[in-house]
Amino acid sequence: MKKRSTLFIILFFGLSFVDLFAFEVKGRGATFPAPLYQAWIRDYYNLTENQINFTPTGSGDGIKSARRRMVDFGASDTPLDKKLRDKYGLDMFPSVTGAIVLAYNLPNVRDNELKLTGKAIAGIFDGTIAYWDDATIKSNNPDLKLPHEKIIPIVRADKSGTTYNFTYYLAQVAPDRYKTSKQPEWKASTIGGKGNSGVSATISQLKYSIGYTEYSYKIELGLSAARIENKEGSFVSPTIENFQEAMKYASWSIENDFYAMIAYSNGKNAYPIVAATFILMPRDMLIEDKTNVARFFDYAFRTGDEEAIRQGYVPLPLETKNMIRNYWKLKGVKLW
Amino acid sequence: MVARYFSKVSFMAAMTSLVLLVGIFLVLTIYALDSISTFGLGFLTSTDWKVGADDEGGVFGGLVPIVGTLLTTLIAMIIATPIAMGIAVFLTEVAPPYMVKPVSIAVELLAAIPSIIYGMWGLFYLAPILQAIFGGSGIGVLTAGIVLSIMIIPFMAAITRDSMNTTPNILKESAYAMGATKFEVIRDVVVPYAKIGIIGSIILAFGRAIGETMAVAFLIGSVFSFPKGLTEPTTSIPVVLANNFAEATDLELSSMFYLALLLFMISFVVIFVAKWYFLRGVHHAK
Repeated sequence: MKKRSTLFIILFFGLSFVDLFAFEVKGRGATFPAPLYQAWIRDYYNLTENQINFTPTGSGDGIKSARRRMVDFGASDTPLDKKLRDKYGLDMFPSVTGAIVLAYNLPNVRDNELKLTGKAIAGIFDGTIAYWDDATIKSNNPDLKLPHEKIIPIVRADKSGTTYNFTYYLAQVAPDRYKTSKQPEWKASTIGGKGNSGVSATISQLKYSIGYTEYSYKIELGLSAARIENKEGSFVSPTIENFQEAMKYASWSIENDFYAMIAYSNGKNAYPIVAATFILMPRDMLIEDKTNVARFFDYAFRTGDEEAIRQGYVPLPLETKNMIRNYWKLKGVKLW
Repeated sequence: MVARYFSKVSFMAAMTSLVLLVGIFLVLTIYALDSISTFGLGFLTSTDWKVGADDEGGVFGGLVPIVGTLLTTLIAMIIATPIAMGIAVFLTEVAPPYMVKPVSIAVELLAAIPSIIYGMWGLFYLAPILQAIFGGSGIGVLTAGIVLSIMIIPFMAAITRDSMNTTPNILKESAYAMGATKFEVIRDVVVPYAKIGIIGSIILAFGRAIGETMAVAFLIGSVFSFPKGLTEPTTSIPVVLANNFAEATDLELSSMFYLALLLFMISFVVIFVAKWYFLRGVHHAK
């Protein structure tokens, strides 16, 4: 009996403590960083009792929700340009970055063995390279036994930020054939999968297929991924070090709300297909609410890198994080 | 007293389904209005599905998913109907008593498997087999149709079996007494007697096949173009809706409601025609 009343008192005070000091923040949007956000949210809640509700609904919905002021922040895998930011009245900063790998299912070719040039990738996805033993692929992989089988390119069936970032890369290597788009019309005869999970599952099951998916899915499913030629002509493996190498060249700036595409950068070991995911915050939101959002991400920036790497994401460099903190300050947010 | 309330309650229950049907039709139409007024009936013959810049506007047409839906459903029905009829006849007229129970339970268990499991089985097991046989990717109209047929067989078989079981023994025995063979009894006594139930089972199975989403999404390939052959990928109405709904806005969203409305009307028309054609002259036994 005594035990129970003690428990009750603890619960009572515990709950009232939550009511008095904790805050609640609502967010919606991008699915790509969602598993990481959920982990950060859990840790943050355990530490501070502050509840962040993030619903992964897709980048388009993230933008829509922020624009209609339905949430405290929206998450999007595609940055909004200045025109749209002004039109919708949104501030923007990156939260974490990730990389897109080209995963393949080829018997006799193991992980990290296949080397692909930008030209080869562009050719595979517009159908001009139809067979695995095409000269363009073969010339860079003289030691591999490439079969005379049709290449089956796997793409996203849904509109997606991953596709946006992948086609941005394609538009850099073959500007006359590709335009950046969340849902392009592929010229090759492709197979579509829903979400990164759908694409990855299809690649893992279909022989002779190749597709683009987020790095974390490659790790999770143990897919084989290609080394890709970067801007300086070296073939780079998809590893965390090589992703971070690419981040060093990102041209973030406070003045432009961190609007930047960071794929296909310079740097000898820079992996070419990397992308950041962004947070959108209504400009006219109360400073108090902005502070709550900023505090959560500040916490994530301070303690969340390990979790990010464990899940296959690439944390922002320290300089960028500090730049974002300054950005918040400019918006009137006092962190602690 | 009780009887009066009972009849009122059952009347209301019946009305609910009618109200829901009309309600769904109205809601679909209202949300689709934007697209209907923009594209009109041209939507039915256009093959484009292009979102405009900034996710606003665009050109949308429904022919590819309409054809994909009808094609996969047709394949499924062609494969499933004879097999399901075979199962039902076997269970009611041919099977030795000790086999009836286990086979019946197996059929009913098949019906209880969630569709996503069929989809995963198709992608992980059937697709590589079809790839080995036909080449190509192993994903496409045929794969989706085969898995759909497996999904609807238990429905058809179970309902057909139940309605065949209602044939009075006295009718069958009379036929046998007249010297009819087993086949003649099935053809001339059991099937005509169970006709309403059989047609009903086919219609229910058709409804499940035409609206199936998850399994087909795994297997059809989700590509917005006509299939060049039976083993080539395309897309279907439910798959387009499932893939694009979360990210669509404005006109695209409205166009997807238009597609949903078309799916609704296709199944409505098919069921109506089927009932009218097959059940001419059949008097509903009360």
